[in-house]
Amino acid sequence: MSESPSPSSPSPSLAPWLLFSLLGLLSCLSCTKADGTGSSRLVVTGSSTLAPLLADLAASYERLHPEVRIDVQSGGSGRGIADARSGVADFGMVSRDLYTEEGDLKAWTLARDGVGLLVHEENPIPALTSNQVRAIYRGEITDWSQLGGAAGRITVVHKAEGRATLQVFLDYFGLKNPEIHADIIAGENEHAIKTIAGDRRALGYVSIGTAEEDILHGISVRLVDLDGVPASSEEVAAGRFPMTRALNLVAPESPHGVAADFLLYVMSSEANDQIRAFSFTPLTP
Amino acid sequence: MRFPLRRSHLDRVLRGGLIAAAVAAGSIFLLVFLFLLKEAGPSFSNPGPKAMLTDADWYPTTGSFGMLPMLLATLATAFGGLLLAVPVGVGAAVFARYFAPRFLAPLLRRLMELLAGIPSVVFGLWGLLVLVPGISESLGGPGQSLLAATLVLALMIVPTIALTADAALRAVPSTVLLGATALGLSRGSVVRRVALPTAAAGIRSGILLALARGLGETMAVLMIAGNKVQAPYDLLQPVRTLSANLALELGYASEAHRSVLFFGGLLLTTTVLLSLMPRFLAREGTL
Repeated sequence: MSESPSPSSPSPSLAPWLLFSLLGLLSCLSCTKADGTGSSRLVVTGSSTLAPLLADLAASYERLHPEVRIDVQSGGSGRGIADARSGVADFGMVSRDLYTEEGDLKAWTLARDGVGLLVHEENPIPALTSNQVRAIYRGEITDWSQLGGAAGRITVVHKAEGRATLQVFLDYFGLKNPEIHADIIAGENEHAIKTIAGDRRALGYVSIGTAEEDILHGISVRLVDLDGVPASSEEVAAGRFPMTRALNLVAPESPHGVAADFLLYVMSSEANDQIRAFSFTPLTP
Repeated sequence: MRFPLRRSHLDRVLRGGLIAAAVAAGSIFLLVFLFLLKEAGPSFSNPGPKAMLTDADWYPTTGSFGMLPMLLATLATAFGGLLLAVPVGVGAAVFARYFAPRFLAPLLRRLMELLAGIPSVVFGLWGLLVLVPGISESLGGPGQSLLAATLVLALMIVPTIALTADAALRAVPSTVLLGATALGLSRGSVVRRVALPTAAAGIRSGILLALARGLGETMAVLMIAGNKVQAPYDLLQPVRTLSANLALELGYASEAHRSVLFFGGLLLTTTVLLSLMPRFLAREGTL
């Protein structure tokens, strides 16, 4: 009573590969983008500053239009640019003004955000001028006592290359990255804020919106006036605070269908309360 | 007659499945390495390996690509962590196996397993909120530093070393230990002269795995090393490791900058491979 090997015997060795190819297929399905009319799935990727706001706006849009699914992924403004160009995303999120070499993309500004200077809560320094900030980041001023504060070496907190806040900061002060004498290089806004909260002598710069959120939640940091203007979302909204950036959605061409409708929604005054809830400044009244 | 045949059929099925699993496991590494090579490809001609290792600075958007300080920082944090973690880890394992009271040893092992399971971002947060301010206030400097990174890495790899050393010591045949005791050796001598030498291969193996983890650890190091690109010349000054560099900049990089970052990944992978070399070279089962 002999049993010949059943013809199904090689199947277990194939199963993992079948599984892999199935996974591959699934991931391809999820990367096909909505082209408007028929499909109802949108993909939005990019800036980590914008991602929480867009996720919130997407959720309320989905409540109004249950047939639409919007997938929001964070990964930096650079990824937003790349994904919008390649078509992986319907919209890229970019938290700065576009460069001239990015002119192939259309941008829609849904809000503005200020970049403010941040110190530890217990640092008594009330305000800084542009010249002082320049001197500190160039390493010409190294101690708080030179600015009228308590003696102590300034811990200069800077951002990693490619971050949108870094670009806004360098452009505003007319600095080049190689001139900067930094002590600590932070990645995300939160990393910079936590670093400053842990160091009484630190000075850094972060999104005003993010900083105000964290201060509300009891993180021991304080935004410093710049050139006599308080760093607050009210001053950004009033157009008085000088160091600001545009928060943009970008795409290679004007969208149509669901994507166009979603764009209209986030640009309308309906979105303003949510934009303000994230401490950003809406542009539509 | 039926039984053996059934078994051989089952064996064949099992064998096929296992071969597929082995091929899958092996090809993952190869695919990752090929992917790194492909993405790093453009950097070999521009700016070229020489520039990437000898440029004085790292300003990738303006054309300086010196990565040697980051390679040195990676080695300094990983080997520094090892230096601190090996005595503690091996010590804890020896204590748990030969000296701890009966109730304490399993407790200690469970604790080590728990420690091994803590996500690295938690170590990073603890380092950022507790260790870094502590260093800054007691020793000066910005706090985020080579020292902070080394200390947290040591904490993270202690359980790896302790658990593998414990397993290696457990595998020492009790007859050997009993024999040594019967010869009149004290417990200390049995441990030093018999148990540790017998388990040495397993312990070394655990140390190498811990080293590989230390070289590649990203999140915790990123949060507390300060990430300034400079050679690791002062324990209280910040450094940037290759893995932290990838995590910081990859999402924001394009063109030359991007391929150079992948070259950094290649450099890191090669370093890990080299550090595991003793394991590959040793005969199967001896190390």
